Amino acid sequence: MSGAALDPTTAPKFQVAAKALMGDSQLRKNVRHATNVIQKKRARVVEEMPDWQELRESGKEIRRHTMRHLDFYLEQFERNCTAAGGVVHWAKDAEEARQIVVALVKASGGAGGSPTEVIKIKSMTTEEIQLNKALEAAGIHAYETDLAELIIQLGHDQPSHIVVPALHKNRAQIREIFQREMNLPDLGGTPQDLADAARKFLREKFLRVKTAVSGANFLIAETGGVCIVESEGNGRMCLTLPDTLISVAGIDKVIPRFQDLEVLLQLLPRSATGERMNPYNSLWAGVDKTSLGGDGPRTFHVVLMDNARTEILADEESRQTLHCIRCGACQNACPVYQQTGGHAYGSVYAGPIGAILTPQLMEMHHAQSLPYASSLCGACYEVCPVKINIPEVLIHLRNKVVKQQSSGLNILANPEVMALKAVAMVFRNETVFHAAQKLGRLGELPLSRKDGQGDAWIEWLPGMLGGWTQVRDLHVMPKQTFRQWFEARGKDAAGRRADDQTGNGTAVRATRRPGDTVEKGTGNGR
Amino acid sequence: MESEGYSLRVSLFITCYNDTLFPDTGKAVVRVLERLGHTVDFPAGQTCCGQMHWNTGYQEEAMPLLSRFVEQFKGSEAVVSPSTSCIAMMRDHYPIMAERSKDKKLQSDVAELLPKVWEFSEFLTQKLGLEDVGAYYPHRVTFHASCHGLRSLHLGDGPMRLLRAVRGIDLVEIENLEQCCGFGGTFAIKNAEVSSAMLSEKVRGVLNTRAEAVTGCDNSCLMHIGGALHRERTGVHPIHLAEILASEEGGQP
Repeated sequence: MSGAALDPTTAPKFQVAAKALMGDSQLRKNVRHATNVIQKKRARVVEEMPDWQELRESGKEIRRHTMRHLDFYLEQFERNCTAAGGVVHWAKDAEEARQIVVALVKASGGAGGSPTEVIKIKSMTTEEIQLNKALEAAGIHAYETDLAELIIQLGHDQPSHIVVPALHKNRAQIREIFQREMNLPDLGGTPQDLADAARKFLREKFLRVKTAVSGANFLIAETGGVCIVESEGNGRMCLTLPDTLISVAGIDKVIPRFQDLEVLLQLLPRSATGERMNPYNSLWAGVDKTSLGGDGPRTFHVVLMDNARTEILADEESRQTLHCIRCGACQNACPVYQQTGGHAYGSVYAGPIGAILTPQLMEMHHAQSLPYASSLCGACYEVCPVKINIPEVLIHLRNKVVKQQSSGLNILANPEVMALKAVAMVFRNETVFHAAQKLGRLGELPLSRKDGQGDAWIEWLPGMLGGWTQVRDLHVMPKQTFRQWFEARGKDAAGRRADDQTGNGTAVRATRRPGDTVEKGTGNGR
Repeated sequence: MESEGYSLRVSLFITCYNDTLFPDTGKAVVRVLERLGHTVDFPAGQTCCGQMHWNTGYQEEAMPLLSRFVEQFKGSEAVVSPSTSCIAMMRDHYPIMAERSKDKKLQSDVAELLPKVWEFSEFLTQKLGLEDVGAYYPHRVTFHASCHGLRSLHLGDGPMRLLRAVRGIDLVEIENLEQCCGFGGTFAIKNAEVSSAMLSEKVRGVLNTRAEAVTGCDNSCLMHIGGALHRERTGVHPIHLAEILASEEGGQP
């Protein structure tokens, strides 16, 4: 994968990107291994919870309630955060959010002049708005301090998972990146070696850089506090050492009460990394206003970003997308993601949640192939800690895509739309359906080949349908449909039974025929 | 659960693809139900449940198929269909579709009809309370639990209990039973590459069981798995659960 940002506005269609990535054996092995390991860990810590389903239900209700009253809770958060000494900024889109952050970073140097560096905690929201690129353009270098994000950054790569961004890389590949980018030709290959190298590389930045940028897991309206959970302690460093902290959060990250964390901090770590609790849970409100020099930044900013979230909220069918707490469980459980990894989705949000979130963040102008990147198997819904019915939302978004493709002259350019609309007409009348079955039998005739058993199969289909025969044969249609068999059988019996004519006149009724040759044996079903 | 000797009039919803491609499954359903003492009728105006259209995004096109289904089957004592995904379509979406139609009559008809609609295996295990239906099938078989059967209808071990009661059967469980086979309706064509990769894993699972046949409650998954089994000339064949349950000693294989 090149260093080109995952940008839904320029990304190829999912099926095109997937085809290319699926040729990468190493990537597929890494993705499969990692998702298997996390899934097993998750299953273990979920099974031990007697009230997991109740917790999921509570999580769903907390998120649903919050979204219903989002305006109220956002304003409450703003008031309380401000009262605690924080500064709240509102950004309507990615561009505005980038401008605000760049300006805040520049101003954070005070009399010492504009800083040229910031340290960052892993944040998918800042990935969503491609913040690092904007900072770089303003002459500010962002150091990613999360180990996985550091690997991505040094490898000029892109995140492929919302919790484990470097999940597609294995240890040998990470070692090569560190050897090359940290100039450590003799670096060993054990986890200890790699962690030591990262620690040495980062420690010096933690101590030197005075401005930090983060995302947020939760914004607590009641207290004006912010919560970030992480595994490595790099987050705690960024939250406590720098003078200035800038946290960027989607407006969907707010929760009403401190007590809601009781539910959400049980659901999130178990779903995300298969841990009972995150190793580091940081919660803070505003700044330390005493002159005692306590922990934490002197200046604290929160950037509340909309970036199409209000649009999503307005859609009754799909607003549950905003309930997401970014655990990534759906990605690990998804059989499609397991094959392709995250880059195929052309967005920092990959997997099932990405397939519903990304097109909506693009207000359906881009990423229209993503709602179709699912077999609708439902594994995502089953593991979602806040019970987002992802298959339902996928289907809803497919409908939006079909409406785009069916409008005006678009329809003529799309054989699939034409075909499905025609088939729908066929199903509206059983006589037409019957005629179509006959026509199909004729149509497939030139394509059918006998196999060794004398059975007729189709091994090649034209056009769109060729996707089927690339790896599968298709049995030809039997000469007699079920309907024909049943109706012929009914006619045989009709003369013998008077009650056959009951019903609404359309039903042919059949009962067991004692003479039926296949009705042998002794089974009586008891 | 019904008591012994109870005779129901069952209306069979064969589904469009079973009618066209898998008539033997329908015949098997009729045989099993009649053998158990029930009568089967076939409302002649039935066509399709609308699943393909609804799931692919053609919601408006699916709406008339809901009305047609209701018209054909309302008043039925019990509706049985040998397709997990079609039954899931009805249970998961018909109430929403009826609501959107703003047609009060349709809404009440759907509400009344749905509790009487059964997937074939759940009709046997849950409505009739049966496990042994008198079948004989002396072959090594593995079972594919379709996603809709598993996660939407919550069939659990119902189909397996029916299979375990089949005389002569050598039933062997497949690895990763919960894993999707990669069919997914139009997904198999729109995302043929990913679908093929998922299928390849499922086929490997089937072959690892060294079964002669792979069975299930949904011929659409079986058509997909069976298509690859045939392409690779594995000699393993797909067979719907109903066809195994219809098989009897001295009867058809």
